[in-house]
Amino acid sequence: MIPLGSILIEVVKNGYAAISYEFLTEPQGKMVPSRSDLRNCEELGIPPQSCEIGGVGPAIQGTLIVVGYASLIGVPVGILTGVYLSEYAGNNRFARAIRFFNNVMTGLPSIVVGIVGYVALVVTLGAFNVTAGAVALSIIMIPIIVGVTEETLKLVPSSIREAGHSLGIPKWKVTMLITLRSAKNGVLTGIVLGISRIAGETAPLIMTILGTSLFFGSFVGPIDALPLRIWRLASQPYDNAHSSGWGAALILIIMILSMSIILRALVLDRRGRITAGARI
Amino acid sequence: MADALWMTSEEYADSVDYKLSSNLDADQRNGIKVSVENFNSWFGTKQALKSISFKIKKNTITSLIGPSGCGKTTLIRSLNRMNEMTPGASVKGKVYLDGVDIYDASVDPVMIKRRIGMVFQKPNPFPTMSIFDNVAAGLKLNGVRDKKLISEIVEESLHGAALWDEVKNELGKPGSSLSGGQQQRLCIARALAMQPEVLLMDEPTSALDPIASSKIEDLLNDLKQDLTIIIVTHNMQQAARVSDYTAFMYLGEMVEYGPTKQIFENPQKELTERYISGKFG
Repeated sequence: MIPLGSILIEVVKNGYAAISYEFLTEPQGKMVPSRSDLRNCEELGIPPQSCEIGGVGPAIQGTLIVVGYASLIGVPVGILTGVYLSEYAGNNRFARAIRFFNNVMTGLPSIVVGIVGYVALVVTLGAFNVTAGAVALSIIMIPIIVGVTEETLKLVPSSIREAGHSLGIPKWKVTMLITLRSAKNGVLTGIVLGISRIAGETAPLIMTILGTSLFFGSFVGPIDALPLRIWRLASQPYDNAHSSGWGAALILIIMILSMSIILRALVLDRRGRITAGARI
Repeated sequence: MADALWMTSEEYADSVDYKLSSNLDADQRNGIKVSVENFNSWFGTKQALKSISFKIKKNTITSLIGPSGCGKTTLIRSLNRMNEMTPGASVKGKVYLDGVDIYDASVDPVMIKRRIGMVFQKPNPFPTMSIFDNVAAGLKLNGVRDKKLISEIVEESLHGAALWDEVKNELGKPGSSLSGGQQQRLCIARALAMQPEVLLMDEPTSALDPIASSKIEDLLNDLKQDLTIIIVTHNMQQAARVSDYTAFMYLGEMVEYGPTKQIFENPQKELTERYISGKFG
């Protein structure tokens, strides 16, 4: 609690001042050594439109795109693999191999995943691109979801599966519509964990989407993401870059937090009540 | 009522390339619903059932009794091919339902389970579903789309399981919010909704209190008007109260099988008598 609290307090304290409508929607503008320089920039002979420090709009857009894209790949693959391991594979050689590689992949350094994405999709396509980033992030996400899905499904009592089979329901329907649904809270936790993890990844993105101060233009060109933007802003020697960086960090935290809360509110059962999602 | 939800026995018999029981004619004359012939079952290398043969009449209640580990549960789970889902289980022998061998290669085990319903030892309603959806699950997940038909069958099944009056105003509540006895009747309603011809019950009252148990026992008598019921029980008084026929099993063999009255009052085998009179087991 204490580390989490102190991080949150520090980020809010340093970041809230930077946030404004322009900060959320505009691309990054001029970086100058200090705030007084910014005020005086017209006197320095810089045209007014270049004097705005702008915002992190492209980074927010890019994070939504690349994380959404990665989830489109990672969530189905992760859940289906977890379902296969828990419900179909038993303990055969192939399943043991998958479990082993899954565990190894959980601990894979993310920069290595970035290099894989770079070699496989950046070099071959000839440009930094969003697909490479999404694939790299999904490689980080899949082992998390596989592990959580398998473990949660194993906690579903076998009597529930038997009840489904005894009604003459085909096995895949029992698995997808009864067993998996009974485990949905756990699976959802896995998805939230996976998305939160990749939303904050920086290293694989440097190798795959590179980062840019422009909005999304094409599927075969660099795009931006919040962690990349934070890193770039923090490595600049300017005051206003640093405060923009704190602001971007605050936005990233708010995005991950609200995604987690909204997903839970939409799908989780509350006591004594069945949500719409739980009905057939 | 939706008689033609699934194929009838006759249509089903016509639809598969099956092996008819050699005794089919005699069986049909005698109203035999289920006929088990020389049935064996193993878990790994351990033999759980040894050459079981018996016939069950239509619209009767048959109880399987015997000490723990005697194979009652294995036998009842073999009658709808549920047993083969246990890893390591294997079987040899025939189980005829209306003359069709349910273990024949041409028979789909999923179809068998639609015609032979099952109620388990512990109430196991689907935890994420409402009362209504629990009963409707079998229909919906088997592709029945007609909403009016589904709610008709749900109401009828809940009536059939003597649960309707208690839950009619709260069909949207989770099935797991009911009491243990109500949950077990919900599971019976769920099985009835599939309109099975045979209902297998594996110690359906062992997890329930005496009042909830007696409700389920009362229910069995009504259900046998439309169904053939096979019930595993640990409770010999229960077997004596509810069943028309009783089979006593011991160490994987069927020691004695006959009308309940005869088994309890005038057993032919010494082993049966010793078990009935409480000398072992």
